[in-house]
Amino acid sequence: MTVRVVIIGGGTGGTLSANRLRRRFGEDQMAITVVDQDNRHVYQPGLLFVPFGLTHVEDIVRSRVRQLHKGIEFVDAAVDRVDIASDQVFLEGGEALPYDVLVVASGASLVLEETEGLTGAGWMEKVFTFYTPEGAAALEAALSRFDGGRVVVNVVDMPIKCPVAPLEFCFLADWYFHERGIRDRVELTYVTPLDGAFTKPVASEHLGGMLKERNVELVTEFNTCLVDGEKGRLLSYDDRELAFDLAVVVPLHGGAEYVGRSPGLGDELNFVPTDERTLQAKAAPNIFVIGDASDLSASKAGSVTHFEGETLVENVARHLDGEPLVEGFDGHANCFVETGFHKALLIDFNYDQEPVEGHYPGAVGLPLLKESRLNHFAKLLFQSVYWHGLLPGREIPAVGAAMPTAGKRLDTPTRKE
Amino acid sequence: MPTTTLASTNVELNDEGFFVHPEQWNEEMAPELARQEGIDELTEGHWKVIRFMRDEFLAKGAGPSVRMLAKTSGISIKELYQLFPKGPAKIAAKIAGIPKPRGCI
Ligand SMILES: Cc1cc2nc3c(=O)[nH]c(=O)nc-3n(C[C@H](O)[C@H](O)[C@H](O)COP(=O)(O)OP(=O)(O)OC[C@H]3O[C@@H](n4cnc5c(N)ncnc54)[C@H](O)[C@@H]3O)c2cc1C
Repeated sequence: MTVRVVIIGGGTGGTLSANRLRRRFGEDQMAITVVDQDNRHVYQPGLLFVPFGLTHVEDIVRSRVRQLHKGIEFVDAAVDRVDIASDQVFLEGGEALPYDVLVVASGASLVLEETEGLTGAGWMEKVFTFYTPEGAAALEAALSRFDGGRVVVNVVDMPIKCPVAPLEFCFLADWYFHERGIRDRVELTYVTPLDGAFTKPVASEHLGGMLKERNVELVTEFNTCLVDGEKGRLLSYDDRELAFDLAVVVPLHGGAEYVGRSPGLGDELNFVPTDERTLQAKAAPNIFVIGDASDLSASKAGSVTHFEGETLVENVARHLDGEPLVEGFDGHANCFVETGFHKALLIDFNYDQEPVEGHYPGAVGLPLLKESRLNHFAKLLFQSVYWHGLLPGREIPAVGAAMPTAGKRLDTPTRKE
Repeated sequence: MPTTTLASTNVELNDEGFFVHPEQWNEEMAPELARQEGIDELTEGHWKVIRFMRDEFLAKGAGPSVRMLAKTSGISIKELYQLFPKGPAKIAAKIAGIPKPRGCI
């Protein structure tokens, strides 16, 4: 009998799961269907570079179908809801896709309407986000016209995709205004709901120091209640006010909307409750979750999605064989942080181990928590690795799923619950 | 780690003032913890949030963020800030004797 696997989402996680499953199971054993609402696969890490003219939207978008191996069906349609009780995915328009195993890979989406005023007066004129291709392109135009004033970079709430991206935006903005010779006319402020620059203590201190060196003001524990584009100010729930001439906002994230229309599947923010080690959904044993769609405390990042791939495929296979699942995923995340002036820094961590100093993946390797040119080149190289290594579901040399410890200084603290 | 006496019981707090062992907490300790946070009197509204945080923690192993708190409790973020002006999730977690809600990353 042929098993039917339906994958919702043809982004990073959906594509690499489909390709890995296809390699493991023959077409007579498994029929694989990937559903996505459009056929434009965006290399999202590239969005960070668009506002500064370092890349362009058309250079980071490719066809989704073309990233899928032969023998994988692609359905270009939006999912309306999942009916867990009858094992079916319903598309908008009513068509049903029955499944034996469902893989949820529908990522995180931006919930703009949760923040008052965000899309009101000034939206896409002086209030922007670089988290969408349209937003990043509009911001590029606005930045090129900007000749001085107050720029605020505001994270509305956690969790967000790539939690370091807004910090990288500050570092690159500092470099960009320097290049243009107007840095002294620009006031840069980073506004976060957290009590430091980042969530993990060692990295937070380090990144906080880097903001300071670059003369970027840090405003913490700011819970944005209103974005007032007309008067150019952010208001917090505890009545603080910050004036801006240009605001770069990272909106609240939630899971995909259809999750909310699928009884029992998601939580209040439409993320899908998932076992943090096996990646099985809590809602049903034949549903697995990969990438940003889950409620895991791991970072919402492409690297995490990649590291999850191995466990996901193994556990789909085990579920089909009726065997116990592997507790394979350790929360491994690995982020290159672009720091401007052609340098970058690398952080590597998991559920239990904070990012620390040292080298990756072993004693000889890329420096951790330290700026270097080598890391910057590694970050640039990543786009090619993404299309040709990560999406096809290949193992990437020297980047294994389990977090390495060989080159790390582990005398620094680990997470305690 | 500092130990403190609350409602005549010794409890262990971490550097930021959160309970290290949530099971050491009881409701009699809440008014004193609240006073340390500048809340002179715990109203029914405060209690609703404190009990809610506690239940969420016991059920899920972590306290909710402000937004999750608002979504699940039905109390708006604005009202939550009126009750706990210095940050609802953090302060309520302190008074409820549970660890600091982690900003999931
Ligand atoms: C600005 C920015 C910078 C980033 N930088 C980095 C970085 O440097 N390093 C890193 O590791 N990660 C980075 N990331 C994060 C990374 O891109 C994501 O974590 C990763 O793409 C997650 O993969 P995913 O499969 O979970 O979701 P996605 O790749 O987002 O895919 C989800 C898919 O589901 C589809 N979908 C949603 N709803 C429906 C529906 N109802 N019907 C049909 N289809 C649907 C969507 O169209 C989408 O294609 C960055 C992200 C951003 C926004």
